[in-house]
Amino acid sequence: MPMNTVWLESDGTGAVPALREAIGRLDGAEGEVVLDFSAVQRIDSRALEAIGTLAASAEGKGVQVVLRGVNVAVYKVLKLMRLEPRFSFRT
Amino acid sequence: MTENAPCLGEDRIGYLEGLVNQARAAAAVFTQYTQEDVDRIVKPMVTAGMEQAQHLARLAIEETRLGVMEDKAIKNMVATEFVYHYVKDKRTVGQIREFPDRNLVEVAEPIGVLFSLTPITNPTATVLFKCIMAIKTRNAVIFSPHPKAWRCCSEAVRIMYEAAVKHGAPEGVFTCLESPTLPDNAYLMHHKYVGLIDATGGPGVVKAAYSSGKPALGVGAGNTPVYLEKTADLDMAVVDILTSKTFDNGTICASEQTVVIDDEIYDAVLKKFADLDAHICDAQEAELLGRAVIDPETGFARPMAIGQKATTIAGAIGLSVKPNTRLLIAPIQGVGREHPLSVEKLFPLLAVYRARSVDEALKVCVDVNHAGGIGHTAVVFSRNDEVIRKFAEAINAGRIIVNSPGSVGAMGGVYNDMVPTFSFGCGTGGGNSTTDNVNVYHYLNIKRVARRTQAHMWFRIPNQIYFNRNAVENIARFPSRSTIVVTSPVLEQIGHVDIVRRHIPPQTHVHVLVIPDAEPEVRVVMQGLEDLRFYKVDQIIALGGGSVIDAAKIMRLKYECPEADLEELGAPFLDIRKRVAEYPTEKTSQARLIAVSTTSGTGSEVTPIAVLMDKERGRKVTLADYSLSPDVAIVDPQFVMSMPKGLTADTGIDCLTHALEAGVSVYASPYTDSHAMQAIRMVFKYLPIAYEHPGDEEARSMMHNAACIAALAFSNASVGVNHALAHAFGARFGVAHGRANALMLPHVIAYNASVPTKFMPSPHQRAYVAHKKYAMVADLLGLGGNTIAEKVDRLVAATEQLLDRLAIPRSIAELGIPQEEFARAVPELAGIAFDDPSWRPTNPRMPLVSELADLLWAAYRGRRQANPDAPSQPPTAKDGLAYADEYSLARK
Repeated sequence: MPMNTVWLESDGTGAVPALREAIGRLDGAEGEVVLDFSAVQRIDSRALEAIGTLAASAEGKGVQVVLRGVNVAVYKVLKLMRLEPRFSFRT
Repeated sequence: MTENAPCLGEDRIGYLEGLVNQARAAAAVFTQYTQEDVDRIVKPMVTAGMEQAQHLARLAIEETRLGVMEDKAIKNMVATEFVYHYVKDKRTVGQIREFPDRNLVEVAEPIGVLFSLTPITNPTATVLFKCIMAIKTRNAVIFSPHPKAWRCCSEAVRIMYEAAVKHGAPEGVFTCLESPTLPDNAYLMHHKYVGLIDATGGPGVVKAAYSSGKPALGVGAGNTPVYLEKTADLDMAVVDILTSKTFDNGTICASEQTVVIDDEIYDAVLKKFADLDAHICDAQEAELLGRAVIDPETGFARPMAIGQKATTIAGAIGLSVKPNTRLLIAPIQGVGREHPLSVEKLFPLLAVYRARSVDEALKVCVDVNHAGGIGHTAVVFSRNDEVIRKFAEAINAGRIIVNSPGSVGAMGGVYNDMVPTFSFGCGTGGGNSTTDNVNVYHYLNIKRVARRTQAHMWFRIPNQIYFNRNAVENIARFPSRSTIVVTSPVLEQIGHVDIVRRHIPPQTHVHVLVIPDAEPEVRVVMQGLEDLRFYKVDQIIALGGGSVIDAAKIMRLKYECPEADLEELGAPFLDIRKRVAEYPTEKTSQARLIAVSTTSGTGSEVTPIAVLMDKERGRKVTLADYSLSPDVAIVDPQFVMSMPKGLTADTGIDCLTHALEAGVSVYASPYTDSHAMQAIRMVFKYLPIAYEHPGDEEARSMMHNAACIAALAFSNASVGVNHALAHAFGARFGVAHGRANALMLPHVIAYNASVPTKFMPSPHQRAYVAHKKYAMVADLLGLGGNTIAEKVDRLVAATEQLLDRLAIPRSIAELGIPQEEFARAVPELAGIAFDDPSWRPTNPRMPLVSELADLLWAAYRGRRQANPDAPSQPPTAKDGLAYADEYSLARK
């Protein structure tokens, strides 16, 4: 497992700490940070806000954020918020 | 974010953008919720609204000074409890409705962000209602209350929001504009992330919503006419009107405005009102009221009166009334600006009009309806259903309330089974897109998931088919009082009619009708019809080829159903089950049709088709309906033993064309395929023998059966382009049907076996398999070939070879038709063939008119290029069992 992979292990607000951790890793990251959404069924407003913050921070630091295993429901939320162009997606 | 941001500073814009972003994020998160999630949130919201109903009503009264606290509390309860009762079991997430018989399901998609304007007259109830609807449909709402009802509305939003979020709704799902202004509203109405405007309020608000260019539900003013007809239960009507018009001091826009009362009951009704504490104004008082409460400049009610008590209004204008007066009633003499009280009055003042007739009453109600109330609400009190029907037809209102109060009745769920609402759609008359009581379905994008229709197939054939030599003896089975034998001159001459007559039961009166042996004209059919009527026949025996049998079919149709319009019934159609023409089903008389075929080609003895010659237009009209099918078919080879060689060849190729076209038809099924393939096999084997050895009874018999079997196939799978072209070309140049088919056949096989320019748009076409079906025929005939293309080529070559062997002309040119004349005819013939129902929607390729023209030219030039690999000997049939395996392979 690459060091710059962050696993989101719970739904909704529970994903926020992991997202904050990912933001913290942006400083030391080279190239990309991977967020693994495989265990995430849905996100809540705070997680969504954290994802927006992460995107802005990553862009500022020139780091590519890869979202892995995002399900369709969460992808649709990102799409509605027009956040999806700011990330790369992997299955 | 929006181009329309007048008078807004940056801070205000930033504030509004913040609201939108918050709502947008909430709406996005909300899309992940399930029905169960949503329903878990709605119920506690309803409970919270019920618990706070009186609190919110008091706030509303304190702030707006309109209406009655107790009534507003009731409205808050209706907006929660009654609305919940309606929505609780409704599916609003995912698959919401299913129509199994239509292969259709509806799936909900939330709208996203709603911008909702709420009125001063029904402030908190409207907010409660809209919050419940929004959560039920997974939408976020930005509220903009009327500025004079902001405090009570924002409190209602708070109560709903806290209850919703506590039970799992996304944060930010409801917000309420602080100090809303018209520029705020304009900004949000034009915001690109606002999906729907839901505007409940005055005409200005509604108009602004609709003018924004956004999808909008704009629900505004009304002017409810009431017809109190003489058969009504007067006591009930008076109480209902009083209940409704005084409810919340008349602030509900569906409340009664002008009551039109029949002359016979007018005085009695006013007395009943007066007995229940209404003040009946005299003419002077009515005039005073008109001047005082209606603004003569605008023609609308002055705000000072809206939602006030009757006594308050009376006191304000110096009208002396009893202290317990609950309603002011003012007689009016007409409707319009010169009768100011005929407009909407959202306070306890009712106009009344004495009508001398139902007609006058309805006209006055129409006038009131059109004086600001189109599309909204109307009320009728009557026990006469005819009056209610006339009222409903005359008045343009989304809600026509019968024998119940207008305001509470229109809200639905209390006095009737209409959908509970606080938003009344007024249709196009009110500038709205709906006449519905606005409900959860208006807060959803409803997606239709339409699964492919698997249309029912069928295999319909006549009741009885008798075949083999002496099958004609079975005519004796059918008792008849009066029988007519329709036949041709030749068949009468050679004694065939006598054979038939011998088997008709002896007590039957028999009349013989001899008609020309040519495709029947209308004139011939109508003359025959006269005979059928004269002899009052109960049985028709059609003895002849396709023309005679077709004539008998049409005669029977007209005999049984005199109203049948042949021209209309022959109209073109795309799908036989959806065609415009309706074949008659009611019969004035009835006759059994027995078809005895004397040629081996058309199979008309079993088909539901009859071709009529339209000489005036130089074309053939095809009638197709299973009601045309003969009841009994007799396929007796003794009647074809003397067929001339040319007729044997032409009719035999007609039979082959039927089978080949049915075989590749989009409507082909295993039922029709089994018949088509068998017929093809029989034709290739027995037609050359029957042609070359006319006395060979086995060959004749097999060809006679093949024609009938092929007809059973195409009666259910139809034919195709070959027939359409043959009909057009044959009618124009007087070429016999079978020969015209023969001239087209090799070219049409090659055409249908090529990848279509356009596929036939039909749910029956699951895959393009025509080329495989032809290849399968080639295999069935043992023609060889390794690839599908080779097999198709060999089938074409075998067909050419068969035509050669039958000495059929191999090109239209060989018929002696000059090229110039043909060239002139082709464009029209291609057009006629395109209109011919034969190919629709069954041919495996949807033909372009240009392709039909190309096919005509191909037939004119004749023979396709010979395939050097074509077999030199006539093919033989393979075992039918092999076919079944190949059929399943072809479908793959």
